[in-house]
Amino acid sequence: MLFDLNHVSIIRDQKHLLADINLTINAGDYLTITGPSGSGKSTLVKALAALIDPDEGVLNYNGQDILQLDPIKYRREVSYCVQQPTLFGNTVRDNFAFPYQIRKQKFDPAAVEKYLAQVQLPASYLDQPIEKLSGGERQRIALLRNILFDPRVLILDEVTTGLDSENKAIIHDLINHLNHDKHITIIQITHDTEEIAMANRLIHIVGGQLVDESGVK
Amino acid sequence: MGIAVNNQSLFYAGMLVVIALFIAWREKLGLDKDMIIAVIRAVIQLVIVGYVLRYIIHLDQLWITLIIAALIIFNASYNAMKRSALKSFKISLAAIAIGTIITLGGLILAGAIKLVPFQIIPITGMIASNAMIAVGLCFKTMEQAFKDQRQQVVEKLTLGADLKDATLPIIRLSIKTAMQPTIDGAKTVGIVSLPGMMSGLIFAGVDPVRAIKYQIMVTFMLLSTASIASFIAAYLGYREYFNARKQLKSMN
Repeated sequence: MLFDLNHVSIIRDQKHLLADINLTINAGDYLTITGPSGSGKSTLVKALAALIDPDEGVLNYNGQDILQLDPIKYRREVSYCVQQPTLFGNTVRDNFAFPYQIRKQKFDPAAVEKYLAQVQLPASYLDQPIEKLSGGERQRIALLRNILFDPRVLILDEVTTGLDSENKAIIHDLINHLNHDKHITIIQITHDTEEIAMANRLIHIVGGQLVDESGVK
Repeated sequence: MGIAVNNQSLFYAGMLVVIALFIAWREKLGLDKDMIIAVIRAVIQLVIVGYVLRYIIHLDQLWITLIIAALIIFNASYNAMKRSALKSFKISLAAIAIGTIITLGGLILAGAIKLVPFQIIPITGMIASNAMIAVGLCFKTMEQAFKDQRQQVVEKLTLGADLKDATLPIIRLSIKTAMQPTIDGAKTVGIVSLPGMMSGLIFAGVDPVRAIKYQIMVTFMLLSTASIASFIAAYLGYREYFNARKQLKSMN
C-alpha cells in the first residue's frame, strides 16, 4: 500500500477537523472523496500533501512515517492541485518555468508543448498573458504545472467545479491518461458523478469522520 | 557664529507649542494631552542626552563609546521589533547590528569619521535609526504580503518548492519597500530637504561646500544601512512563517 493512515486526527482549537481516520490507498488507485462542505475533505488532502501534519495517529507513505520524510522531496512525489489555483507571474510560460526553476533545471519548451497538446492548448499559449485566459484554460494550466515532472500521486481538490462540459471532458481525459497510462495514483475531492464513476474507489467524510467506505467498485 | 539659543530664547520658542495646543484644543483633536507629554518627554530626554554626551565626549573612552553605540543598536532593534507582527528580537538585532557595524566600519576605514565619541555616537544614532525604520517596514510589508500572497505560497509548496523559492516575491517586495524611503530621500536631498546633518553644520557656521560633503557621506551610509538591514531582516524573517516541516505556521 502507498498510504496507510492509522487513527489520524487533526485538531484545531480543540475541535477535531479529522477524527480517527483509518484509510489505506494503494499505488495506482483512483480514489474520490465526497462529503458536505467543512466536513474535513480538504484537511485530509492537506495532510496527504504534507501541508499539515497529524496531531494524533500515524500517516505512513510507502511504509514510512510521513514525519520522517523530507517534505520538499515528498511534495514533488505527491503533488496537490488546490481548489481555484492562482497562476504565477505574467504569462503561461512563467507557470511552467517554475517547476523547472525549483529543480534547478533548464526550461524545456518542447516537453511543455507536449503537455499543452494533451489539454488541447497550442504551443503559442506559452506566451499568453495569464489575464487573457478563460477559467477552464487557467485550470488546465494549473493542472499541467503539477504534472510536468510526473508525480507518483496527484491530489485534486474540486478541479472541475464550475467548468463547462467541454473543459471538464478535457480534464477527465487527462486524469484518465495519467491514471491508466502513467499509473499515477489519483486522489480527488469531487461531487461530480462522472468523476466518481471514473474512479475505482469512493470515500465519504462527514464531520471529520470516515463513513462507509464503498471500497473497490 | 550666529548661534544664539539660550534658555530665555528657548522659553519664548516654547510659545510655538502653545499655538499647536490651541489648534488641537479648538479643533477637538484630542491631542492636547499627547502633545504635552511629547513635549515634556522631548525636553527631558534631550537634556539628559546633552549632559550624558558632554560627559562621555569629555571622558573620551573607547569602551564607553562602544557601550553607548551598543545601547543605541539595542534600542533600535527593540523598537523595530515592537512595531512589527514578527516578534523576533533576534532577527531585528541581527539586521540592525550588522547593518550598523558594516556601515560604521566602512566609514571608519574610509577615513570619513574617526573612532572618537563625538563622531561615533551621533553617526551610530543616525545609522541605527535608519536601519530601525527599514527593518520595521520590511517586517510590516512581509506580514501583509504573507496574508495577500498566502495562496500562492501554498501552491508553490505543493509543487515541491523550497521555502525560499516559494517566498521569493515576498522577500523581494519586503526589501524593496524597506529601502524605498531611503532611496526617495536620496533623490530629493538638497532639492526638497536640507537634512539635519548638513543644516546643523551650516547652522554652526561651516562652509556649505564642506557641509554637503558630510551630507553625501550620510546619503551613502544610509543607503548601505537600509539595504544591509532589510536584506538580513527579510532573509531571516521569512523562515519565521514556516515550521520545521516546511509548512506555513498559519495553515489549518
